[in-house]
Amino acid sequence: MPFRARHLLGIEHLAPDEITTVLDLAERYVDLNRRTIKRTDVLAGMTQINMFFENSTRTQASFELAGKRLGADVMTMSVAQSSVKKGETLIDTAMTLNAMQPDLLVVRHSSSGAVNLLASKVNCAVLNAGDGRHEHPTQALLDALTIRRAKGRLHRLTVAICGDIAHSRVARSNLILLGKMENRIRLIAPPTLMPSGVSEFGCEVYDDMAEGLKDADVVMMLRLQKERMDGGFIPSEREYYHRYGLDAEKLAYAKPDAIVMHPGPMNRGVEIDGTLADDINRSVIQDQVEMGVAVRMACMELLARNLKAERGRVAAEAGA
Amino acid sequence: MRITVFQNVCLIDPETGEIDEGSLTVQDGQITARGTEAPKGATLVDGKGACLAPGIVDWGVKIGEPGERHRESFRSAGLAAAAGGVTTIIARPDTHPAIDTPETLEFVTRRAAEASPVRIRHMAALTKGRQGREMTEIGFLLDAGALAFTDADHVVADSKVLGRALTYARSLGALVVGHPQDPALSAGGAATSGKFASLYGLPGVHPLAERMGLERDLALVEMTGASYHADQITCASTLPALRRARDQGLDVTAGVSIHHLTLNEFDVGDYRTFFKMTPPLRSEDDRLAMVEALAAGEIDVIASFHTPADEESKRLPFEEAAAGAVALETFLPAAMRLYHSGMVTLPQLFRAVSLNPAQRLGLPQGRITIGAPADLVLFDPDAPFLLDRFTLRSKSKNTPFDGQRMEGRVLGTWVAGGQVFGAGEHDA
Repeated sequence: MPFRARHLLGIEHLAPDEITTVLDLAERYVDLNRRTIKRTDVLAGMTQINMFFENSTRTQASFELAGKRLGADVMTMSVAQSSVKKGETLIDTAMTLNAMQPDLLVVRHSSSGAVNLLASKVNCAVLNAGDGRHEHPTQALLDALTIRRAKGRLHRLTVAICGDIAHSRVARSNLILLGKMENRIRLIAPPTLMPSGVSEFGCEVYDDMAEGLKDADVVMMLRLQKERMDGGFIPSEREYYHRYGLDAEKLAYAKPDAIVMHPGPMNRGVEIDGTLADDINRSVIQDQVEMGVAVRMACMELLARNLKAERGRVAAEAGA
Repeated sequence: MRITVFQNVCLIDPETGEIDEGSLTVQDGQITARGTEAPKGATLVDGKGACLAPGIVDWGVKIGEPGERHRESFRSAGLAAAAGGVTTIIARPDTHPAIDTPETLEFVTRRAAEASPVRIRHMAALTKGRQGREMTEIGFLLDAGALAFTDADHVVADSKVLGRALTYARSLGALVVGHPQDPALSAGGAATSGKFASLYGLPGVHPLAERMGLERDLALVEMTGASYHADQITCASTLPALRRARDQGLDVTAGVSIHHLTLNEFDVGDYRTFFKMTPPLRSEDDRLAMVEALAAGEIDVIASFHTPADEESKRLPFEEAAAGAVALETFLPAAMRLYHSGMVTLPQLFRAVSLNPAQRLGLPQGRITIGAPADLVLFDPDAPFLLDRFTLRSKSKNTPFDGQRMEGRVLGTWVAGGQVFGAGEHDA
C-alpha cells in the first residue's frame, strides 16, 4: 500500500495509487466507526492540533473526531478569533505551535497557498483542511470514497460538478482527483462563476444544466456563498435557483441511478431542492459526512506512519 | 586633467547598432576619443576583450527614501546600481510621503547626491499624494528637477483628472508616465487569469485590463496632445493599441520590466512570493511577444522596476504578500538571457536600457559617442555565476533569481569618468 506524502497539501501531489491506498484504508475505518467502541490506538501518544483560521463547523468536528478515534491528543484552535487579530503573522503562529511539538497539524486558511507556506516552516505533518480557493484534499477524498461505494468503481464515470466553481476549492480538488482516476468531468456554472482557462484542464464546460447533466453518473452540487448572490456574480438567488438549482426535473437529465452530492453546508432552495437533498434513494449527502471521518482517519494514519518512519531514520542516522 | 583609456574592449554602440573592438578615451567625465592611442600619463583599463557599453539608465526604481529606508536607502540603492552597471537611477515617487512637492523633491535630490555613487534623478507624482484627485505643482516640480510625472502603480482612475493633468503637462512640455491598467478590472488580482491562476486558486486579472487602461490613456493623449510613456506593457493584446497610437502620430513610448521579459506566470510555482509582480507575470506567449516587440522597436525601454520589499511583507500567503522584486544588480545578467537566446543583439539591448530612456527623459546619457558623458559599464556577457540573494547589496533581498544560474557579470562601472564599481584600473 503505497503512500509517500510527507504532508497532505493537495490532491495535485498524490498519485492514483496513493489515492487508492487512502480509500482502501478508509473503508476499514468506516466499519470501525459503525461499531459502538470506535477507539483505536494508532495515534496514541501523538498530538494533533487543528488550526482554523477560517470558521468551520463540520470539517473541524470531523477532524477532531477522527483524531480522537485514533487515540491522539487533539487540540482545536479557532485562530480566527485569537492571535491573528493581535497582528501575529501566520508563520509566527505556526512556529509557536510547532515549538509545542505537535505531530499533526490540520490547517484551514482563507488564502490560497497559505497551508503550503506553513508546511514549509514546521517539522510535523500538515493536513490542508482548505486553503482559499485552492484545494480541500480530504473533501475530494471523501467524495471519492462516497462515489466508489455508491457506484462500485471510481473510474469511467461521468461526473458533473455544478455551481460556484470559480471560488470553490472543493471543485478544484475534485477536478484533479477525478481526472487522475480517469473519469469524464463536466463543469456546469453560470459563466461568471466559471474560472478562466478551465477548458485546458481536460474537462467539458457547460453553462446549461440540461446539457451538462445529460447521462451523468454523479451530480456534485457546490455551495453558493451568500456574499456572491446579490448582483455581483449572479442577478439574484431566485434566478440562480431557476437556472442552476438542482431539482427533480433537472436531475431527470442525468442517468436514472445518478447520485446527488453536496459538500455542505447546503442552501436549500438556492443550489438544491430540499426534498431532493433528503431523498435517500438519490442523495448521498449524509454518507459524505460519514465518509469524511473515515477518510480523515486514514489520511492521518498514513501521514503519522511516514512521520514515524522519517523520525526513525533520522534517529538511526544520528546513532550511526 | 584626468584621462582614462579603455583598451581591448568591444564597444557596444546603441546609436549605430555596431560592435567595434578597440579603445575609448575619457577625459574630464566625457568621452573624447575612440580608437586612438593612449596619451602619456593616462590611466589604462584593460578590458581583456570584455564589452563596454553606455551605463544603464534605469527608469522606474523604487527607493525607500523618504519613509521606508529599512527597505532601501539612496546609499544601498546606489551601491547596488553601481554593481549592476546602472549609472543613472530614475527613481519613482511612490514613497511615503509621495514625492509630490518641490520641497520633498529638493530633499531627496540632496540626499541622493550625498549618498549615492551613481546618478539619481527623480520622477514626481502626477497627483497630490498619488490620490488621483488634484494635480501636483508640475511647473515647480519641473524647475526642481523632476524628469517626468507619474503616480507609479496608482492609476488615475478619474479620466477628467488625468485629462486635465495631461493638458497642463503639455503646456509645460512635461512627460507623463502612465500605468496602463483598468483599475476596477485589475483590483485584487494576484495572478494573470488563466490556467495557472485557476489551478492555484489565485484571484486573476485578465490581460485585457492592460489594453483597456492603455486605450483610455491614449484617447486622453489624443485629446490633449500630451507626451506619454506607458511604464509597462506586458501583454500581446495591448500591442495593437500602441501601434495605432504611433501610426496616428501621438507622442507615445512604452516600456517593459526585465521580469516580464524573462519570467512567466508558471515561475510562481508553489506560491513563491518573490515572483509576485505588478502587473502579475504573464503567459509564455505574452512574454515572447514582448521580447519580439522589443526587438522590433515597438517597445522602447526595458527597466528593472526595482521594488525592495522586506522579508516580512513577502513571508505571507501569496495574495497578501507585497508585489515587486529588487533588480538593480540582476538587471544586466537577466537581460543577457535575451541576448543569449538570440532574440536581441547587445546594441538593441542597450538602446532599450540606456539610449532610449535617456533620450525620452532628455538626458545626455546612453551614448558612447564623442562628447557624451563617460557613464560606462564594462561587462562579460558570458561569465556564469550562481545567484545567492544574500550577496546582493540592496537592503532588501527579494529577487526571483535566487539560486538561479545567470550569465553576464559587471566587471566595472564608471560615472562621469570615475570608477564606482569593480577593479581593473592601473596606471600606464
